[in-house]
Amino acid sequence: MIRFEGVHKWFGALHVLNDINLHVKPGEVVVVCGPSGSGKSTLIRTINRLEPIQEGKLVVDGMDLLDKRTDINKLRAEIGFVFQQFNLYPHLTVLKNITLAPIKIRKVPPKEAEAQAMALLERVGLPEKRDAHPAQLSGGQQQRVAIARGLAMKPKIMLFDEPTSALDPEMIGEVLQVMKDLAESGMTMMVVTHEMGFAREVSDRIVFMDHGVILETAEPEEFFKNPKHDRAKQFLKQILSPMH
Amino acid sequence: MNYQFDWAVVTSGKYFEWLVSGVVVTVKISVVSIALSFLLGLVIAVMRMSRFRPVYWFAHGYLEFFRNTPLLVQIFFWYFGSYKVLPDAVNQWLNAQGFEFAAAVIALTIYTSAFIAEDIRSGVRSIPKEQMEAARSAGFSYVRSMFYIILPQAVRLTIPPLINQFLNLTKNSSLAMTIGVAELMYQARQVESYTFKGFEAFSAATVVYVGLSFAITGLMTLYDRKVLQPIKVR
Repeated sequence: MIRFEGVHKWFGALHVLNDINLHVKPGEVVVVCGPSGSGKSTLIRTINRLEPIQEGKLVVDGMDLLDKRTDINKLRAEIGFVFQQFNLYPHLTVLKNITLAPIKIRKVPPKEAEAQAMALLERVGLPEKRDAHPAQLSGGQQQRVAIARGLAMKPKIMLFDEPTSALDPEMIGEVLQVMKDLAESGMTMMVVTHEMGFAREVSDRIVFMDHGVILETAEPEEFFKNPKHDRAKQFLKQILSPMH
Repeated sequence: MNYQFDWAVVTSGKYFEWLVSGVVVTVKISVVSIALSFLLGLVIAVMRMSRFRPVYWFAHGYLEFFRNTPLLVQIFFWYFGSYKVLPDAVNQWLNAQGFEFAAAVIALTIYTSAFIAEDIRSGVRSIPKEQMEAARSAGFSYVRSMFYIILPQAVRLTIPPLINQFLNLTKNSSLAMTIGVAELMYQARQVESYTFKGFEAFSAATVVYVGLSFAITGLMTLYDRKVLQPIKVR
């Protein structure tokens, strides 16, 4: 579904992605973790070319991202992207946030798009917010709407870039629950997150990065019980018991 | 000072009707030009932000050219100059609209669109770049992202400078008298010529322009407050 082969990226002199090799299979849930500045957000943003790569090969849903003939808008329509800061469209109601792309890009008739949007709002537990504007919602509610917006395009892949990092602690759970349900429905997901509970419980594989390099790829049990790399051991120790 | 004021000249009878017909033409020119210059301003603003160099340079040249030449010159150019180089079919169509009227609308529209484009562009710059990322991620092209997501937000932020541009346009429409458009200023001048009641005639014109300006400001502010502001843009 997503295949990185020897991918490199630089921001000026900074080598932000260094020889990335990773294959995400359909239906797989992969969590990417690592210290800040490790390149994990950049990694996930290359998948829909919010960040272009400079070297190597990146194939997503059969489309080569470096191939000039690839229709990037078509590919992006197949990939839902959830941002740390939600990035809902503030001038539109919740319902219109969700139906805009299906109506304009997929040419879904408005009535049908609305019915689908309402079904998604039920799924994320916010049907009563259909006519609210984003500014009237809490962070957790906004993020759930953002997930519904992504799902409205019936994507093949969902990408999450630190979806709970901007939330108050008591709102993190509601968002993680929606993501967990989504994972259990068989969606292919790649999630950048510091939520180790989610990683352990929901993911199929954990990718640990530092300084633009994938240092370790392991199943969650293995990763938490028995991290191979020293940097991963140190990271886990700090993130699981920050006081020590 | 033994000037005899005669306000009846401008409040009743034939001369009043002249002034009213002038007001109608002024409103027509202004409304049409406001609508067109806003749309054109949007397009030029988007072109000005394009990363495709030829489009960018075209918009840049357009802005600099039309912002930096006097409106009167542009009106005269369209009225006295353009028909000599335009195709016959276009000239015939313009004549059917009333060529004076068409030339005035074209000049006002193009001139004002340059200013509007710059105002809208500064509105766009204050929309967080993440909005564009969200739109592009959904699969919208750059131009569609602009029109569905960025511009609707930017225009909300641009209302105060837009009011200014629409007021300027309405007042600038008085220059259309120079090419014989029978708008308010033209008619006030006529009344003065026939009656020598210059004070009354131009006072009446002044009052009407102030009234129109208040109406524009009032309508835009109302629209902003009732329709746009309840929708918070951050």
